[in-house]
Amino acid sequence: MENDQLLLQVENLKTYFFLDEGTVRAVDGVDFEIKRGETLGIVGESGCGKSVTARSILRIVPKPGRIVEGEIILHRVVDKRAGSKMIEQVRLTDLDPMGPIMRSLRGCEMALVPQEPMASLSPVHTIGDQIMEAIILHQKVSKAEARSQAIDMLKLVGFPKPEQRIDAYTYQLSGGLRQRAVIAMALSCHPSLLIADEPTTALDVTTEAQILKLMRSLQQELGMAIMYITHNLGVVAQMCERVVVMYMGKVVEEADVDAIFHKPMHPYTAALLRSIPRLGLKTRERQRLESIKGSVPDPYSIPKGCPFHPRCTKRIRGVCDVQDPPNVQVEPGHKVRCVLYQS
Amino acid sequence: MAVRDSIQEEIAIEEEELRKAGEQVYVAPPWKLMWWRFRKHKMALISSVVLIVFYFIAVFCEFVAPYDPDLPMLQFKQAPPTEIHLWDTQGQFHFPFVYQYTRAMDPQTLAITFIPVTDTRYPIQFFVRGFEYKLLGLWKTDIHLFGLPPEAQDLQGVFIFGTDRLGRDMFSRVCYGARLSLSMGLVSVFLSLALGVVLGGISGYYGGRIDILIQRVIEFIRTIPTIPLYMTLAAALPRDLPIEGVYFGITMIIALVGWTWMARVVRGRFLAMREEDFVLAARLNGSSEMRIILRHMLPSFLSYIIAALTLNIPNMILSETGLSFIGLGLRPPAISWGVLLQEAMNLRSLVLSPWVLTPGFAVVLSVLAFNFVGDGLRDAADPYAR
Amino acid sequence: MLAYIVRRILIMIPTLILISIISFTALQLPPGDYLTSYAAQLRQMGESVDEEAINALRERYGLGEPVYVQYLKWIHGILTRWDWGQSMEWQRPVRDLIGEALGLTVALAVFSLLISWLIAIPMGVFSATHQYSIPDYLMSIFSFLGIGVPSFLWALIIMYFAQTQLGLNVGGLFSEKYLSAPWSWDKFVDLLQHIWIPGLIVAIENTAGDLRTTRANLLDEVNKPYVELARAKGLSEGRLIWKYPVRVALNPFFSTVGWSLANRISSITLMSVVLSLQTTGPLQLRALTSQDMYLAGAILMLLSTLTVIGTLVSDILLAWVDPRIRLE
Repeated sequence: MENDQLLLQVENLKTYFFLDEGTVRAVDGVDFEIKRGETLGIVGESGCGKSVTARSILRIVPKPGRIVEGEIILHRVVDKRAGSKMIEQVRLTDLDPMGPIMRSLRGCEMALVPQEPMASLSPVHTIGDQIMEAIILHQKVSKAEARSQAIDMLKLVGFPKPEQRIDAYTYQLSGGLRQRAVIAMALSCHPSLLIADEPTTALDVTTEAQILKLMRSLQQELGMAIMYITHNLGVVAQMCERVVVMYMGKVVEEADVDAIFHKPMHPYTAALLRSIPRLGLKTRERQRLESIKGSVPDPYSIPKGCPFHPRCTKRIRGVCDVQDPPNVQVEPGHKVRCVLYQS
Repeated sequence: MAVRDSIQEEIAIEEEELRKAGEQVYVAPPWKLMWWRFRKHKMALISSVVLIVFYFIAVFCEFVAPYDPDLPMLQFKQAPPTEIHLWDTQGQFHFPFVYQYTRAMDPQTLAITFIPVTDTRYPIQFFVRGFEYKLLGLWKTDIHLFGLPPEAQDLQGVFIFGTDRLGRDMFSRVCYGARLSLSMGLVSVFLSLALGVVLGGISGYYGGRIDILIQRVIEFIRTIPTIPLYMTLAAALPRDLPIEGVYFGITMIIALVGWTWMARVVRGRFLAMREEDFVLAARLNGSSEMRIILRHMLPSFLSYIIAALTLNIPNMILSETGLSFIGLGLRPPAISWGVLLQEAMNLRSLVLSPWVLTPGFAVVLSVLAFNFVGDGLRDAADPYAR
Repeated sequence: MLAYIVRRILIMIPTLILISIISFTALQLPPGDYLTSYAAQLRQMGESVDEEAINALRERYGLGEPVYVQYLKWIHGILTRWDWGQSMEWQRPVRDLIGEALGLTVALAVFSLLISWLIAIPMGVFSATHQYSIPDYLMSIFSFLGIGVPSFLWALIIMYFAQTQLGLNVGGLFSEKYLSAPWSWDKFVDLLQHIWIPGLIVAIENTAGDLRTTRANLLDEVNKPYVELARAKGLSEGRLIWKYPVRVALNPFFSTVGWSLANRISSITLMSVVLSLQTTGPLQLRALTSQDMYLAGAILMLLSTLTVIGTLVSDILLAWVDPRIRLE
């Protein structure tokens, strides 16, 4: 029964970049799961490996990066359209990243909503062309059929006058509309997993709110799971059910969204939470905003032991800088990678 | 309370450690970073050595050339490149030497051939005495880099690139040609730089209408095919002009068209730089425009200009060679690579003595070397970019 | 789109006027007026000089009058009668002399442009998508050969090998019997048989630059987010590269067709002198050395006009493929 609910498993994923200057361990042993229809938030500072994890799942890690270890398993419903409930396990890490099977999954079972809607659409093609391309590719329908599906999709994402605007070029659209077009493209084949990689960072606050609301309602309507990558904890609180916190290519804490916000365990999570301003506090409750001491270490020389120890206020000399912290299950569904919770 | 103190203390210790480590961090100045980047470009490094050798030859061509480039040695005419040996027919090792050649005519084809006589060997010597010249135009001397001993000079020569129709040593001529061809490239590139920096700078710094005007002029000049234009202008130079006059005229003509390229680079950098925060900061601090340009902007785009200059020299060299080659540029008795190549235009001469093409290979080598060095410099120009 | 084309044509007019002024100035550069030297030359050869005819010519081209009058008369003649002046050396109107030569120059330029694109675009794309592979290095070497060896040197080298190894004379664009024959299908076929060597020579010199531009532009584009999104859509690598980044990377390529044509005309001029092709190159050289200035001026002006028209065509093409420019 539980297995029915599972959509994606990531186990001990390691994705390294081999550069002239050395090896960058962008993702260094990441585990997590995504269940059907849930929203998983992935949080961390820039460069912590969030986006590389997403690209590893889609198998589009740019050169000179490569998955060196671990596995990614997609539990896919065979023949979704025919109403079958048969579930097939696909080990994505065994597939040729550019091979036909991976290509048929990409954009169909799993779709990406990228960071910059401005730059993510081709400047010399119409948005309709780009959406229809995805539909024709995965559903083998006629051009006319694809066009009407594309218009439906644009309507779904709240695109004004989709019948006419489908022939618009990207430079004729605002940032919010472009992101809607990108979402329409991602949803065009009804994926079971939507990977949203900071989809609203490039947008202004009001547009951001609209897009977030749109994604929530679409999720309820279409029932897909969302892997939501962000560095904005406010968005996480609003969007997600479960949260994975990453630091330097490793998962440092994984828990329900309530646990993360009310009972953060890892010093890094706690520090992150202390560094966001809060509205609505009474004057005497207000505290000085804290920042995390130091900055993210050089990716070529990750500190020994716990990667966070040089910035950690609770570090134990002789322990944290020597041994790799264990992954501790403190409560059901709450894991922390820190020696403080070692029993 | 005690725990807190100990943490504070630890932090203090660690910060001290960090500060010490920071002192040991070596801070490389920008030119050093550029050098490191340039050094990674192997072809650029090799090419810069080639260019140094070429310019050394250009400056000291009298010293490097074993023979007087204008002296016809009719007994050696159309001799192929002389083979230099290290082992004689018995397999005995000697210092580099050449054999005596005898001239013979094939009775059927009437082609002249040179047959080595292996009994007579002439050693190649360094710093031998030859024709007299003034080193750098100052000191009279007759020492040459290499050659055959003086007593052998009438019997046999060492012609690395062979000789031409009149028996003049091609190697010596190519060395002399380097002087005019390579210096012309440099002079015209600096002339075009002067024009390009002034006009491109004005265009990029002031922008607006004057920018549009200068851009239109550049576009216009670039639409006229250069060689036909050069030809027309070069043909207008008076026929009886002395060599120096022609040299100056051709250089001016090439620079007059070549500046557009420079101006584009300068303008582009100016436009990019105008938006930079450090320029804004300098302006807010009340620096004068001149100071902003000279003190803040110039140093940061000097490297780009040097790279663009280097990449532009080949065009200048090729233009001069092409013009002289078809007889509208420098004319004999001036010796430039283009003038030397005129010899190859004669099909008979080309077939009988293909070594008349050697000046062409000197052109190719220098053009490629400048391109590689320019590429390396361009990569190194911005050592902070990835 | 139509408005854009009209605007571009209007911008062309001042350029053409400037070109005509420069060509005319060049025509005036050599000292003396050519009719006087023409008359002197005829006298020297012992021929009788028809004073009346000379005076008629003098009147027609405004010789002896102020320079701007001469210019206006020259331009007026060109525009109304297509009269480019008289060639002193050939003793024929310039317009009869340049037609075929100009046509051949254009044919060579366009032919070499097509060869270059056919080679440079696929090779540049391959090079960029297989960066640091062995074929990429081979192509770099090839492009350096093109950059380093000018067309006239290629011409010399090919001429040498054709002569010594194959016993062929590669000079000329026609076989002997078609040289002065009127145009016919057979002559055209004959031209096609001869044009490929010079076409290839010009292409080698200029393809290198195109290859490097394609490669560099494409390398800038392939890491853009829109390419990644296309990949995330599940498109195959070949299809997405050709549909998205190549399309964008080729834009600057087409926008410089005018300059590329100008460069090719330069290469053709020098190479034609070596291979004695019947293009404008040798004709111009001969006109310049014998100070046949109306002919020389006409050639300079027509060649420049051609590249201006080439630029116009490329601008229109670019506006057609890139909607951003069209609607600016």
